[in-house]
Amino acid sequence: MARKISMKQAINEALDLEMRRDPTVIVMGEDIVGGAGSPGEEDAWGGVLGVTKGLHAKYPGRLLDTPLSESAYIGAAIGAAACGMRPVAELMFLDFMGVCFDQILNQAAKFKYMFGGKARTPVVIRAMVGAGFRAAAQHSQMLTPVFTHVPGLKVICPSNAYDAKGLLIQAIRDDDPVIFCEHKNLYGLETDVPAEAYAIPFGEANVVREGKDVTIVSYGLTVHRAFEAAEKLARDRIEAEIVDLRTLSPIDWDTVIESVENTGRLVVVDEANPRCSIASDVAAYVAEHAFGALKAAPQMVTAPHTPVPFTPVLEDLYVPTADAIAAAVSRIAPRAMAA
Amino acid sequence: MMTDQRIKPVVMPKWGLSMAEGRITGWLKQPGDRIAVGDEIVEVETDKFAGVVEAGDAGILRRVVGEKDAIYPVKALLGVIADPEVPETDVEAYVAGYVTPAADDDDDEVAGPAYEFLDTAAGRLRYARRGEGGEAVVLVHGFGGDLDNWLFNIDALAAKASVYALDLPGHGQSTKTMPAGGVAALAGTVIAFMDALCIGPAHLVGHSLGGAIAMQVAIEAPGRVKSLTLIGSAGLGTEINAGYLAGFVAAASRRDLKPVVEQLFADPKLVTRQLLEDVLRYKRLDGVEDALRSLSSQFLDDGRQGGVLAPRLEGVEAPVLVVWGEEDRIIPAAHATALDGRARAEVIPGAGHMVQMEKASRVNELILGHIGG
Amino acid sequence: MPGNPFPLDKPDLLKAYRIMRTIREFEERLHVEFAKGDIPGFVHLYAGEEACATGIMMHLTDVDRIASTHRGHGHCIAKGVDVHEMMAEIYGKVTGACRGKGGSMHIADLAKGMMGANGILGAGAPLACGAGLAAKFRGDGGVGVTFFGDGASNQGMVLESMNLAAVWNLPVIFVVENNGYAESTSVEYATAVDSYVDRASGFGLPGVTVDGTDFFAVHEAAGEMIRRAREGGGPALLECRMIRFFGHFEGDAQTYKAAGENELNRRNRDCLKMFAARLREAGVVSAVELEMIDKDVESLIEDAVVSAKAAPLPTAHDLTTDVYVAY
Repeated sequence: MARKISMKQAINEALDLEMRRDPTVIVMGEDIVGGAGSPGEEDAWGGVLGVTKGLHAKYPGRLLDTPLSESAYIGAAIGAAACGMRPVAELMFLDFMGVCFDQILNQAAKFKYMFGGKARTPVVIRAMVGAGFRAAAQHSQMLTPVFTHVPGLKVICPSNAYDAKGLLIQAIRDDDPVIFCEHKNLYGLETDVPAEAYAIPFGEANVVREGKDVTIVSYGLTVHRAFEAAEKLARDRIEAEIVDLRTLSPIDWDTVIESVENTGRLVVVDEANPRCSIASDVAAYVAEHAFGALKAAPQMVTAPHTPVPFTPVLEDLYVPTADAIAAAVSRIAPRAMAA
Repeated sequence: MMTDQRIKPVVMPKWGLSMAEGRITGWLKQPGDRIAVGDEIVEVETDKFAGVVEAGDAGILRRVVGEKDAIYPVKALLGVIADPEVPETDVEAYVAGYVTPAADDDDDEVAGPAYEFLDTAAGRLRYARRGEGGEAVVLVHGFGGDLDNWLFNIDALAAKASVYALDLPGHGQSTKTMPAGGVAALAGTVIAFMDALCIGPAHLVGHSLGGAIAMQVAIEAPGRVKSLTLIGSAGLGTEINAGYLAGFVAAASRRDLKPVVEQLFADPKLVTRQLLEDVLRYKRLDGVEDALRSLSSQFLDDGRQGGVLAPRLEGVEAPVLVVWGEEDRIIPAAHATALDGRARAEVIPGAGHMVQMEKASRVNELILGHIGG
Repeated sequence: MPGNPFPLDKPDLLKAYRIMRTIREFEERLHVEFAKGDIPGFVHLYAGEEACATGIMMHLTDVDRIASTHRGHGHCIAKGVDVHEMMAEIYGKVTGACRGKGGSMHIADLAKGMMGANGILGAGAPLACGAGLAAKFRGDGGVGVTFFGDGASNQGMVLESMNLAAVWNLPVIFVVENNGYAESTSVEYATAVDSYVDRASGFGLPGVTVDGTDFFAVHEAAGEMIRRAREGGGPALLECRMIRFFGHFEGDAQTYKAAGENELNRRNRDCLKMFAARLREAGVVSAVELEMIDKDVESLIEDAVVSAKAAPLPTAHDLTTDVYVAY
């Protein structure tokens, strides 16, 4: 019954199913076919991480390798979306937003509003995020807060293969521009994924673990770190509830508030840098809307206010660890409390 | 492992095919309590469902081994039942010598693959087959359900019969294309399913909408039906909680779904996070919403059940058992009397619409008695 | 009755005149109205450049998409956007083309194939590539046309887009509206090549430079490029050298222009006057016919201004609508 596939396969499957279902879905990006125009084999590579492998053969002409011109092809994807296509553009690393941000910030995000509601821009921009690949400062950032700040964009960051498939299908069917963030260290992680197509609605967080003592809110890779922390904490009889946000814009405030109202304690874990982050956003929102439910100050566990370092010894300190999360919980939910 | 026929273990149950472990959430009996068969002894929670372990043997609860809030693998020893005359030292020795059997070591070879698929004219159907020999039993779930609704029944029935449980079209992992024609069309699907698997005359057990489907099969093909067991069944009256059906179809989030699904149980605590997640995972599949809308619109007539089948059972000779949860909030338990004089009816206290899950032992016992197992 | 020496029949010639005259009247009137202080924000006027927008747009239909610039009124009118909605938009009214949320710099009408004026210089080039790509997948023969000034021609995204359009063989026309000034900075100072045709050649695109004040020159060159693009021949670049009668924006003191430059241009290089004169001299249309159009246009613009001024403003409710299709 249950079929375990990796997040990488799940993303491929989502693209495959939607390309099959909807002829207006096209995919573009650097090396996504692999070897376009080169003397060797085409379609043997499927991009830097092989996510699009095999789709070129199934949908000839609908996977477009691009020149190294993010501004041009991200903009072309946005323009095509405004003209009735449903393009999925792969930005490879979200860090590359620097060379095409105008098209995302001032074009895709703004069309609907500044054209008085008349435009629809159903574009998906997929990109890898996150540290852990020893890829240093320009290929490892968690830039999710940069995009959640912008009205008009939707921002998604799945933590597992099941969510990745359902959220990407929703992103492709969605009529608004979507920034789809894929944590590179989760590509290999396998979970149960139905073979059929399914869409997970945006703005619905997932309570991945129930607990009565503290709410840990996170997304992406750090959901797994939070899980490890929760297992450790359970040995001390502290039961953590973990809320996986899944979608950062829209964000499911109701689930966060409901959980904090039950536990009275909040720890937010975010791989982004701390200032103006998802962590600070959630902490501020809870402080404003559920202050009375809080038994202790909200805690943020984030990357430090530094670029991502290269050397493994430093990079391993950069991403929030299970120990750091457990320590944050212990600060506000001491063991004695649970007794 | 030493075997002492006077000493009976209470073990972590295996509910369904995927359960590997469970957490004890509370003991309902204390050491020294007298236990009768079917008594609720200990509450267990899995990642899918919270349930109660019921006694399979009578005696005195001599030992409580499993601790509250601790997690144990399937078949781990949780407690010991023995008569008063069994010496304390023997009980002691039994506990000390108990070895938890490795998971699935007696399941895999006989059970084969957990779920199987069958291609029919109506599309691909998923089903489970458990047990060998004996009478054939076909389990038909209700609206929005799937074959896992029989989680606590299928193994118990399979001990004495060949049990088949299918996912109806639009449900579980079967085709999401709903045949036009409502209950009658789905009855046709069940007959085609039985044909394809060469299932001869069988005992049909239907829950909720599945009860109406089972009745329809009996009406159309009486020769195929040895007996009917109708659990919280549709088709016995016109009242139904249409709000539940509409709510179930519409709910897209955990928060919307929870209060809807809680109506299925007498004890809403049984609705776990994972149970809701599993329902949402099903509901998100392409085609499910359309299938459910189509089915409910064919089944309902202005908020009431469109077709009452009870009168049409007159020509059916197969014995009928009606089972209901007294606190059913979907279809009223009063419908249990619809076949008075024609069927045996059992209304079980402390259970809601999902009576076969909430009071599994009692329902299993009734079904086995009914089919002569 | 002498024969028609022009490549357009008389109704099309009159249509072209009407478009150019409408743009002129719209912009001249805005110049007057802006000075009264009733119009919020910035306006960038297209007066003097009408032959370029009109010469190109005479070849396009609603399946063709254009991506415009901050100086977009002329493109909008030539592409068929409703003049009343444009004027109301510029006044910030809820009846405007963008419900008052876009203003002069963001007027759009996707149903007419107008993908928006754009406040970001050069940003229309990738968007037009997207329009060309969509047309290619639809197979409807549509083209994407992007307009950008001599200033924006130096944006990386314009240059990237030319390469992308060439690599993907997209039906996209890159139109450089070279009016000699990037705000105040001269094209000679800011652009290193003498001709944009050289830029096009650098990306393997055919390019042509024309006198952008000559409607027929623009019309002919654009027609050839658009026909070729529709037939799968790929992108091309058209440089139109033209005259901006007003400053970069309304309120610009234009200190960077030569003394008497505007007056001289209006006297000798007014594309509208030259177009009208050629039609009359060829005997294809009469002065009376043109005057009738002038009167029509004047009353159209007068009515647009009056109704824009009278139109309701958006309410506080409108502040937070239209951000997403669904959120």
